Amino acid sequence: MPNRIVSSIQNIGHRVIESVWRLGVASRFFILVLLKSGTSLRRFNLVIRELYFTGVLSLIIIVVSGLFVGMVLGLQGYETLQKYGSESAVGTLVALSLVRELGPVVAALLFASRAGSAITAEIGLMKATEQLAAMGMMAVDPIARVVAPRFWAGVISMPFLAAIFSVMGVFGGYLVTVVFIGVDEGSFWSQMQSAVDFRFDILNGFIKSCFFGVAVTAIAVFEGYDAPPTAEGVSGATTRTVVTSSLVILGLDFILTAFMFRGVS
Amino acid sequence: MTAETLIEVNDLNFSYGARAILKGIQMSMPRGQVVAIMGGSGSGKTTLLKLIGGTIQPTSGYVKFAGEVVHELNRDALFKLRRKMGMLFQFGALFTDLSVFDNVAFQMREHTNLPESMIRDLVLMKLHAVGLRGAHHLMPNELSGGMARRVALARSIALDPMLIMYDEPFTGLDPISLSVIGNLIRRLTDALGMTSIVVTHDVQESLKIVDYVYFIADGVIAAEGTPKEVRESIAPFVHQFVHGEEDGPVPFHYPAQTYKKDLNLEDNFA
Amino acid sequence: MQRTTMDLWVGLFVVTGIIALMILSLKVGNLNVYNPSHSYVITGNFENIGGLKVRAPVKGAGVVVGRVTDIQFSTQTYDAIVTMSLDSRFTFPKDTFASILTSGLLGEQYIGLAAGGDDVMLKDGDKVMKTNSAMVLEELIGRFLFDKAAKDDSL
Repeated sequence: MPNRIVSSIQNIGHRVIESVWRLGVASRFFILVLLKSGTSLRRFNLVIRELYFTGVLSLIIIVVSGLFVGMVLGLQGYETLQKYGSESAVGTLVALSLVRELGPVVAALLFASRAGSAITAEIGLMKATEQLAAMGMMAVDPIARVVAPRFWAGVISMPFLAAIFSVMGVFGGYLVTVVFIGVDEGSFWSQMQSAVDFRFDILNGFIKSCFFGVAVTAIAVFEGYDAPPTAEGVSGATTRTVVTSSLVILGLDFILTAFMFRGVS
Repeated sequence: MTAETLIEVNDLNFSYGARAILKGIQMSMPRGQVVAIMGGSGSGKTTLLKLIGGTIQPTSGYVKFAGEVVHELNRDALFKLRRKMGMLFQFGALFTDLSVFDNVAFQMREHTNLPESMIRDLVLMKLHAVGLRGAHHLMPNELSGGMARRVALARSIALDPMLIMYDEPFTGLDPISLSVIGNLIRRLTDALGMTSIVVTHDVQESLKIVDYVYFIADGVIAAEGTPKEVRESIAPFVHQFVHGEEDGPVPFHYPAQTYKKDLNLEDNFA
Repeated sequence: MQRTTMDLWVGLFVVTGIIALMILSLKVGNLNVYNPSHSYVITGNFENIGGLKVRAPVKGAGVVVGRVTDIQFSTQTYDAIVTMSLDSRFTFPKDTFASILTSGLLGEQYIGLAAGGDDVMLKDGDKVMKTNSAMVLEELIGRFLFDKAAKDDSL
């Protein structure tokens, strides 16, 4: 069936062209958001309101997940390390894995599904109920008034959430290994402190979370703004936000890690 | 009634790709009148409002608002122009995250530097005009459909515009709310000296309040006239539309091959 | 400007975030031990650095006083030039002995500084003259076998 082959190749080509097209639209939208950010910086109240919705309301899930991830890391790390008699290095293991990787990455994944999806749904719904059009007719630019504050709030909250996640994780690891199992507290902290470097580990983790914050919120606001103005359109866009930003987080993490830790132990 | 023209639509064409939505529309709307644009679903009425508001560009022809050609304005000038326009969307389009008060105050806060105390007085005045002063603290999801539309009306007159466009203001309302909205449109237009364009397919309610009617069908103006002329019109389309007849120039059946052919009654004997 | 409870929550959120960053920097990362802005750089030539890596700690009497910032191979002397950045609070005499040591049996390698008796202190850009290379397991075993063979021969 050569016809079927041709049509499936055409289909693939069509999809590729379509996604490149969409990427172009998204990039233009992203630049537009940056250009129109003046309003949100001048009226910071708008950003504070969104900080509440993206940051404060994500706190619970971040704190609880961080605690559990740290506890699991402590437990698993202890099980393995004690075979080599170096269970005091468990603090190092917990802290390094959290600060370098798990903190920024897992916090960003949680952030995408908690706050990112909410941003997409909210903007998509505003579009579907003509609120954005109404705003435009009232001579107020919806990108400046609705999109930009949400974008900046997301960018600001992400590093804070990642740091809170890491701290809760370290605390969870401490709880399991020191308090429950009984690893020596002094060596737990001192090994951790001598192994974790401020510039290479903590600063790089912080930079990572900033990148993730920009990526997740940019995807979330674009999907919301670009959603077809129907119920199915908005729900589809919400799903796409979570899927796309999760993939982008993991891909970006690889690239950033390769850049940051290249050639260093 | 002054004959001064606020909106002039000249040979306006608009098409989505190859599909022509509006074909050579010619209109003239004087200040201080309520003008209705009627037509079946999908006849391009809402598109016409978007062209007047400048959210889409015409394929050819132009819309002139207060002497300015809308689609030739740059972004800043267009935004300036839109401050003189209000638009009431089909279901109100209230900002769901703001209270009734903040919805009405929205434009004042965005476009003026009025002190908060003055904004408060103005908002309550606008809400009083639509009879909802007591509901200023409610959120949009606590309002009924008719109330939401009245709040949206208060919001669109917040900065005393020269023109208000109503997109299907009567859809989905009970008879009481319906006549409340209808009377509000008339009263506010007269009291504030505005011009109103009502896009609707609710014939009976709108004929009671408007000064002039345009009928749009298939992208062209099929008929126009005052309500009296329209009621007495014998033009088949207008007659069908005004009296809500099932069949006429707008056929009941979607174009198809013959019934017999569809049911394979002819082929069997061929 | 109106104050709302929302502002309070956002304020709390930001404070929590900043505190978390400070805990990470000070408690987990131990920023106060090693502050790169108040540091001086010294170098040392080692015959063999073994498994020493950039960022390995530099310790004096077991206390971290700095970090290895760079390792280069010299084509003139065919040995390794190790650059160390030390906290300026800790100064060492000119004849300080730098050796590459291992923490524990299989632990990471670090540079241990043993102070000498000179009156002149090391300054920024100075070179440590006395160095001791890393223990390489193969050499160690080789030496052990050689010694044993020598002993057996002498018997």
